[in-house]
Amino acid sequence: MKGATGESPVYDIERVRVLAEERTSLRGSLLEILHAVQDTLGYVDETAIPIIADTLNLSKAEVLGVVSFYRDLRQEPPAQTVVRLCRGEACQSVGAERLVARARERFGLDIGESSTDGRVSLDQVFCLGNCALGPSAMVDGRLIGRLDEATLDVLMAPRL
Amino acid sequence: MATVFVSMDSSARSVGADDVADAIRRAAEVRDLSVTIVRNGSRGMLWLEPLVEVETERGRVAYGPVTIQDVETLVDEGLFVGADHRLSLGSTEEIPWLARQTRYSFELVGLIDPLSPEDYEAHGGLSGLRKAITMQPAEIVELVTESGLRGRGGAGFPTGIKWETVLAAPTEDVKFVCANADEGDSGTFADRMLMEGNPFGLIEGMVIAGLATGATEGFVYVRSEYPDAIATMRTAIGVAHLRGWLGLNILGSHERFELSVRVGAGSYICGEETAMLESLEGRRGMVRAKPPLPAHAGLFERPTVINNVLTLASVPRIVADGPSVYRSFGVGRSRGTQVFQIGGNVARGGVVELPFGVTLGTLVNDFGGGTRSGRPIRAVQVGGPLGAYLPVAAFDVPMDYESFAAIDAMVGHGGVVVFDETVDMARQARFAMEFCAEESCGKCTPCRVGAVRGVEVIDRIIAGDHREANLVLLEDLCDLMASGSLCAMGSLTPMPVRSALTHFGNDFHRLPAALRSDASEPRSR
Repeated sequence: MKGATGESPVYDIERVRVLAEERTSLRGSLLEILHAVQDTLGYVDETAIPIIADTLNLSKAEVLGVVSFYRDLRQEPPAQTVVRLCRGEACQSVGAERLVARARERFGLDIGESSTDGRVSLDQVFCLGNCALGPSAMVDGRLIGRLDEATLDVLMAPRL
Repeated sequence: MATVFVSMDSSARSVGADDVADAIRRAAEVRDLSVTIVRNGSRGMLWLEPLVEVETERGRVAYGPVTIQDVETLVDEGLFVGADHRLSLGSTEEIPWLARQTRYSFELVGLIDPLSPEDYEAHGGLSGLRKAITMQPAEIVELVTESGLRGRGGAGFPTGIKWETVLAAPTEDVKFVCANADEGDSGTFADRMLMEGNPFGLIEGMVIAGLATGATEGFVYVRSEYPDAIATMRTAIGVAHLRGWLGLNILGSHERFELSVRVGAGSYICGEETAMLESLEGRRGMVRAKPPLPAHAGLFERPTVINNVLTLASVPRIVADGPSVYRSFGVGRSRGTQVFQIGGNVARGGVVELPFGVTLGTLVNDFGGGTRSGRPIRAVQVGGPLGAYLPVAAFDVPMDYESFAAIDAMVGHGGVVVFDETVDMARQARFAMEFCAEESCGKCTPCRVGAVRGVEVIDRIIAGDHREANLVLLEDLCDLMASGSLCAMGSLTPMPVRSALTHFGNDFHRLPAALRSDASEPRSR
């Protein structure tokens, strides 16, 4: 699903066009198209933007404006594994900041950074809706509750 | 043959429910026992997850929290017949934490198989829709108004009045119903649990909203942080179509309603209703000025009902029961129940549905059992990141819209986040500003720029840099943000900040951590 990293740097522009054309009949389709492109190709490359704009009869600026507004939409290929630590208040109350510090001290990664080999990146999220069982994280789409330093080490270490 | 229930709620899964379900399946296979494992929603007793229930002659009995290491002995000691075990909790319905609640909106969550239409109907599902389809739109609106139902998203606007406005609004083609499932407030998870545990309840509520207002198309706007809820809703919508609960000729009538899921993309502000409309239209989630009200000119400038998930999911039963049952709950103008969500540093967190008017202390101490850390409670934030931080002294205040407004707080979406004595409230105030700076859509200057300035000012206060002058400046800034922003993001960010100042002022006057060489130099900015 989140391929397109590592071996195959080719960004399939034709696929973008197909994904966009399949969705033009949806109401307010731009965000749906961008989700589909990112789910399929891993990110929204700058070369995708004129194609989507052309399909929807929008300006490139309008499409880029939407891409840049939403935190989920990436303009670069993602790391193989994305660890998103929740920093909402409920997770703060049970030590979320300790986990952020742990990632920094042990793995040298700050929020928003990726390891140099592109295998793991650390990101933040404000609430995963797991507020009674925090601290929480989402790792490659999987929700993890009652996260502690030891589990975080296990999640990140083999990948670094 | 035994029937075992292991929740597929994402909170339960986050602490190993999938593994426990697998282990039970394998243990049964090895012993050549025939077992049905139902993946239900969560009962809401989240500290007991993974919770395992088994159907017995005495009703369901529960065990929890169960780990995969427990499964072998649990099965050997008679899980499938509901035998006693170290992890026994007895009859699920009689667990005091659950028995003391008034489950109305959450009635079916945890009880049924979320994706079984048979199960839904067997538990009273569709009776609201069957009744509504025989009624005139104005009668449905009247019934909902009469029930006293108010928007559960936080603002508490009377639902019937909103629907009446949409019903009366002329349109040349279409009207819409949008379920706001962009539950971004930290400390809230009831919308998620409802979608994962009773998706047909939301669907039925939306169809009834359509019948009541003349709307024929609907969207459920779900935040991307909820992948399980998205998947469950999509599957349920497919099932509902096949059953004739959606689409053309609903339940054999001439009524129609189309429904689809739309997924957000990581923007908190898209939970604000007009920003959500922009996002649904495929644009940046920028807040719109009101008027026009969405009820007059909402999605694609058409009359639009926008309700929170819990509001809509409460409608089927309100319609089925008639308005008086729901109305009989609650206090003053806050009628009905509220789904409180207890989280953060709390021993027994989860979903507590009770009539409005319960005190904060009852929720946090009686249900919550105090902190998870075992230290004394210092502060409770109610109503999400834009809600007030309250001290233990406020534990006697009844939780209803009006009483909370009177103490400069809000019930909001019912999130209750507990902090123990180690919390630094100046840091929490700073975080409120930081969050606003991160999530502001940028339309209003007081919010976009004010939040950044707020972080800077609080940093100076913490550092002991011209503290008194900066406290005055902070108050001024809060005033400006509260009165000069279009939506709740900018206008309510001062609420957590001011409440921290009011109730925990000492935290802003601590000896600076760094009374070091650089502290006496004023920072220029």
